[in-house]
Amino acid sequence: MRARVTVRLKSAVLDPQGEAIERALLGLGFQGVQNVRVGRIVELDVDGDETVVQGQLSSMADKLLANPVIEDYAVEILR
Amino acid sequence: MTIAVVTFPGSNCDRDCHHAVTEGLSGQTLAAWHKDPELPAGTSAVILPGGFSYGDYLRCGAMAALSPIMGAVRRFIDAGGPVLGICNGFQILCEARILPGALLNNKDGLFHCQDAELEVTAGGKGLLLGFDRRQRVVLPIAHGDGNYFADDATLDALEQDDRVAFRYVDRDSAGHGSVNGSRRGIAGIIGGPSRNVVGLMPHPERRSGAHLGGSDGLRLLRGLVEGAR
Repeated sequence: MRARVTVRLKSAVLDPQGEAIERALLGLGFQGVQNVRVGRIVELDVDGDETVVQGQLSSMADKLLANPVIEDYAVEILR
Repeated sequence: MTIAVVTFPGSNCDRDCHHAVTEGLSGQTLAAWHKDPELPAGTSAVILPGGFSYGDYLRCGAMAALSPIMGAVRRFIDAGGPVLGICNGFQILCEARILPGALLNNKDGLFHCQDAELEVTAGGKGLLLGFDRRQRVVLPIAHGDGNYFADDATLDALEQDDRVAFRYVDRDSAGHGSVNGSRRGIAGIIGGPSRNVVGLMPHPERRSGAHLGGSDGLRLLRGLVEGAR
């Protein structure tokens, strides 16, 4: 099955990349844009039944895909 | 005294570290490759050098932290062996959870390649034996992701345990490093079971002789060899 892990910076963590993008969007003329935050999506094919895969994905996120000091993650199975 | 310098795919400061130790300290070095399951025989200290291991893919140091050699490095640390992580090496030590915290993108989103004035806040003992307590030195930095971050509880613990090794002298009104936003101006920290691990973003190997503008970097490399006994 196809799965997606979405990794986001924790809210307490500064995001200079997001800030640079925010300035660029405002420079393009878009108004009322604030609080831009940039995350990361990792999509992958994984074999196995859904419950096992869910657990494996959390483990992958805990061990590699996200850094728990600065990031949170969400796991979803794509249909 | 033989220092093992680990090369990961994308490390680019490994040869400078070999050079600084052999030419600056008349010491001996051995090369270690990230896939080696063990450190070279006779290793007395380890350097994880700077560079762009795995192209900084995913997060700086994230994949290097999972290299086979890191199992050997952990065992070496647990047995009290001295380890120095420089720049990407510091990032690798944090990703490996050997040191606390993380290195984020520089606050202004720019890569900074410049001299940084540092206060050696825990000088005079251990790996920092070569520095006086609270000595000021200038070491070059060259990084895009040197913004040290940890939560307040972790930062308080570091300060209470005297485990902040280097602090940027130039700090903003919130106390963060001006050059990159590092919390509490932290440029390097001490860890390990016997204070035998130091990680720092500045490059001591780039200030290891008169031809490089000064030898203050040798104070740290000498401490690696002599100080963690």
